[in-house]
Formats: sequence, C-alpha cells, structure tokens
Amino acid sequence: MTPPVTPLLDVTDLTVHFTRRTGFFGSHRETVQAVSGVSLAIGRRETLGLVGESGCGKTTLARAVLRLVEKTSGTVRFDGQDLFALAPEELRRMRRRLQIVFQDPYASLNPRMTIGRAIREGLTIHRLAEGAAADRRVRELLEEVGLSADAADVYPHEFSGGQRQRAGIARALAVEPELLVCDEPVSALDVSVQAQVLNLLMDLQARRGLSYLFISHDLAVVRHVAPRVAVMYLGRIVEEGPAEELYARPRHPYTQALLSAVPVPDPLTKRPRIVLPGDPPSPVNPPPGCPFHPRCQHPGKDQTCVSVRPELVERAPGLRAACHKG
Amino acid sequence: MSEPLAPPAAAPAPAPSPAPLLELADLRVTFATEEGVARAVDGVALVVQAGETVGLVGESGCGKSVTALAVLRLVEHPGLIAHGSRVRFEGRDLLALAERDIRAVRGNHLALIVQEPASALNPVLTVGSQIAEVIRAHQQVTRGEARRRAVEMLKAVGIPDAEQRYGHYAHQLSGGMRQRVLIAIALACRPHLLIADEPTTALDVTIQAEILELLDGLQRQMGMAVLLITHNLGLVAERTKRVYVMYAGQIVESAPTEALFAAPAHPYTQGLMAAVPRPDAPRERLAAIPGQVPPATAWPAGCRFHPRCPLAWEKCRAELPPLLPAGAGREARCWLLADGPHVEAAP
Repeated sequence: MTPPVTPLLDVTDLTVHFTRRTGFFGSHRETVQAVSGVSLAIGRRETLGLVGESGCGKTTLARAVLRLVEKTSGTVRFDGQDLFALAPEELRRMRRRLQIVFQDPYASLNPRMTIGRAIREGLTIHRLAEGAAADRRVRELLEEVGLSADAADVYPHEFSGGQRQRAGIARALAVEPELLVCDEPVSALDVSVQAQVLNLLMDLQARRGLSYLFISHDLAVVRHVAPRVAVMYLGRIVEEGPAEELYARPRHPYTQALLSAVPVPDPLTKRPRIVLPGDPPSPVNPPPGCPFHPRCQHPGKDQTCVSVRPELVERAPGLRAACHKG
Repeated sequence: MSEPLAPPAAAPAPAPSPAPLLELADLRVTFATEEGVARAVDGVALVVQAGETVGLVGESGCGKSVTALAVLRLVEHPGLIAHGSRVRFEGRDLLALAERDIRAVRGNHLALIVQEPASALNPVLTVGSQIAEVIRAHQQVTRGEARRRAVEMLKAVGIPDAEQRYGHYAHQLSGGMRQRVLIAIALACRPHLLIADEPTTALDVTIQAEILELLDGLQRQMGMAVLLITHNLGLVAERTKRVYVMYAGQIVESAPTEALFAAPAHPYTQGLMAAVPRPDAPRERLAAIPGQVPPATAWPAGCRFHPRCPLAWEKCRAELPPLLPAGAGREARCWLLADGPHVEAAP
C-alpha cells in the first residue's frame, strides 16, 4: 500500500492562495488560503480518493494539479517533470497526458458542438488522428464509454445527465491520457445512473491502466473506487491511508465525524453520531493551531491543539493523520 | 421498534384506526409541454398518520416533488391538478378549499421545507421578519409578540445570537444557517404535518447530520408528523418508519421501512438498493439499473419499469400492474406478486 518509488503524480507541499477584492467597490483585499502545504502521490494504475466538504479546497487542488491555477509555493511533478516549470508549448503537450472530468459535463462540452465534434477536437489539437481515421476513433470512443456510435451527431442538451457524463469521459479519453482527475464526476447523477458511471470508470481503468485522482464529497462513492483515500479540511490533508483501514478505524476526529454523519442504507445499523457544532471556518481566516480545533469533539482537546498545528504522522502501516491526540 | 405493526406511539387518537392526518387518493398532476402532456404525478395514493415520519423516495423526475407541491396546492402553470384527485388533510378536502382558506392552512398546520434555502428566502427582508410575518399571518398576536416568538424559533433551531441574527439578511448566512431559518419559518406555527422535500440535499454531510438531529428533536417536542421526500436511501433508513417508493409518476412500493430494507419487493426498489454505494461495504462493482428513467410525456405501456426490469415478461409489457399485497402492511406494483409469475415467465 506504500506509494511506488517514482509516482506518476507527485505533489509536494503545494500551497495555493488567492487574493480577492471584497467590500464596497472592492476596496478591501483578502487572501483565501485554498490549499496549504498539501503533499500526495499517485502511482500508475492507482486511484487516490480525495474527500472533503464544500470549501475545503479539493477543487482548487484538482485545478492546481493540471496547472489551471497558479501555485503560491510547492511543486507538482508529473512523470518526474515539474509542471509549473514547463514552457507553454511543453505544458500544452504535457496536458494531453492529464485530463479532467467535471461534475457538470456541460463545463467541458460546448452546447453548440455535436458530441462527435467535441471529441474530435482533442484528436485534432494533439494531431492524433485526421479525416476518416478521426471519425472512426470518435465512434470507437463512444462505444468504449457505452454510447452508440450515432451519438456523434447529437448535441449535449439532447442527452440525459448520465449520457452527457459518458460523453465527457469519452472526450477526456480521446487524447489517451495517463491520469484522469475526476472532480465530483457522479454527484449530479441519480443513484441508478451513478452506479453505471462508476462501473464504467473502473472498467476503463482496468482496460487502459489509467490513474485517477477521484474527488468527491460522498464517502460511500469514494469507498467504491479508491483503495487509498485522503481527507481534506480547510485546505489541508488531515488524514490519508488505505481505504479499508481509514473507514474502519478513522484516526482524525474530523474523519470520525464525517464517517459517522453518512446515513447508512440499513435501518438496523444504529451508530453513534458525532455532531459537529457550527460551520467550517472560512479559508480566509483559518484558525491557528489545528484547523479543526474550533469544531473538534475530541475529549482530550487542549491548548496544544489551539496553538500548534499538527503534522501528518504515521499511525498505522501507510496511514497518516494530523492530530495531536489519540 | 419491536412491534412493526403498532400504530405510531405519538398519535393521541384512540385505536383501532384513527382517521389519517393526510390522505392522498388518485392524485394526478399534468403539465402541458411542447412534447405533449407530461403526467408527472399519475394516480398517487398515500397516507400519513399523526406524529409519524413517512418517507417518499425516488429519483429525479419520478414526481415526488410535484406531489408535495400538489398537497399544498402550489403547482404552478402549466401544471394542473386533475379532476378526481383527492387531498384530505385533518378531515378537509384541500382541493375544494377557496384560495383564502388554503392560505390559512399553508404555513399553519401544514408546512413545507424545500431544497434550495437560497431561493426560498426573501433577499430584501430580514430573516427574523420573515418568521414574524408567518406568525402574524396565522395568529392574532401583536408585532412585539410575533417578534419575541420569532427570536424563540431562531433559538430553537440552534442559531447562535438569535437576537442579532433576527436583523440579518439571507445573504449574510451560510447554507446551513439559511436552512435553519427555513425550518424556523416552517415550524413557527407548530404545524401538525411538515413536508420536507430534500431538506438537506444542498448541504454538506456534517451540516446535514446536525440539521436532521435538530428536526428530530423538534418533531418529538411538537409531536408533528413528517413526510420526508428524498432520493437518499440512507436518510430513509435512518429517519422513517414507513416508506413509499415512487417511479415514473406512480407509487411502486410501500412498506414499513425495516421490512423494505430487509427484502424489497419491487424490482425497481431492489435495483435501487443494489446500486447504492455503502460506506461500510468493500470495494466492488455496483449493480447498476440499465437504461434511464423515461420522460413523463412518454411513460412506457404496461408496467412503467418493464424496459429496465431484468424480470419482465409478456404481461409486464402489456398491462400496468396494480398495487398488490406483498406481506404485512406492504404493497408493490409488480405482476410477480400476482399469479405464478415464475411459471409464466418461462418462454
């Protein structure tokens, strides 16, 4: 379960802070600490699940991994190369190898473009296929994601949510990526269709040897696709490890609360629930010490938690948690 | 919990069968669209007894939200509640009431919480005044008394600094706080029935847990009944005693919650349960239901689930099954429950 020696994606101490203007006519500036000191690694054919609630920074992290936002500090290495050190042309070529699937496939599908054209675009830009070969490739991709070949002539709005998400996946796969960043890929889908898309993602991984960074707020969904899971809170990873261990014996009080809050579809399962008081603090003014301390229900919480930020420490084979207690 | 068929303990009415608090019969709602008439709700019958929590579960487009709106007569143009539909609440036929009389019921004894806390609050009124307004609309109290009760409600839903929050606007509150305000508005007149339509779907899971614990506590204090409308089977399992499953505008199964989860009778319910990923289950392929929900303008002939049903046979394609008995207090809309299906199923 330890990450391989040379991971495909290697993020080290990544920090992304934004400055934004607020107040009357933007007279006030504030810094949003979206991602702070995040390190993670994903090997080939591996899936890392990333869970966290709204505003925890998971989407910013995803965008930074693709260099769609600029970093403040730290590095993102893909296959050994520092993405933030690449010249524009090199970055463009590198992007072929990393693709993203969004929650809302509309974000990646132009509403005025047929599905076929949208998929073909990637083939053309990266000069992978032309003419009849490109047409054939589009049909193959559509079939690979479980759509019929005539879906090429359809516009995105004519599709159901599940079909659109399949088309978004086909578009991402067209350029033969090695890493797929999936940002809430099934969150907008109904349960029966969600299962279809999750199964498709797992089949594609087995067939193509893909690596996934799979981001979701839904712990149950992540459990099904990711053998390794990282939990994010207020811009930081607070726990990371093998899914089985992390779900069975969460070490961080936030992970414990998060897991206890998920309703289990079994009326006979009665679990004690840890109810967290209040809302997560704002990433504009994260609390000092442990970012979780204002809501933490750990009985041993003390002054150290309030003033000293805990580092990720190994607590079980391959499992690290950032908590002073327990 | 050990007596599955006992009437809800909170109901003060004497046995054997109290008149239900809410009773829907043959509820039909249609929408005229460019593609034709959408039969969004197509003959729904359901019952909620005083004090009990009932689930109404289904996926998008099954008609569960339109059902809620129809109960409160809030279906908007081009939607129409069809003739012959019946909605009885506390013994009154809500569909026969004059507009001013239905207003007296809405927000008073019968309240609704919807999914989107952002759009359900008035952006230019303070949240406190919106609670006070509801109280004044239904009860003869002074402004000062309404204000005092509104602050009480804000406290009851766990909003800190309630006095100060009274004067805040919706945009100044987080999603979780806004949903609390909506609950405060809904419960301000101590309703006998709360219809909660995806009350926590827009919220994070830790906030969801907090809001549901709060609702639970208030429900116990007030003895109100709740009709919980959701797509989330986990919430149904955790929060309800009885459940109705909806598909394609119709109820396809109803059962005590424990019995439903122990052995779902309808193939759609079975498929839905198998498709739900569970936080406590090992990593494996999920059993997906093939295909997708058909559009409401073109429900399939026969059983509406037959194009997606692994067990469908000739009869399912030809005839719509009625709700058939499926055990104690249970019904399911499936021909498998009728007449030796396994024999007929063989070609």
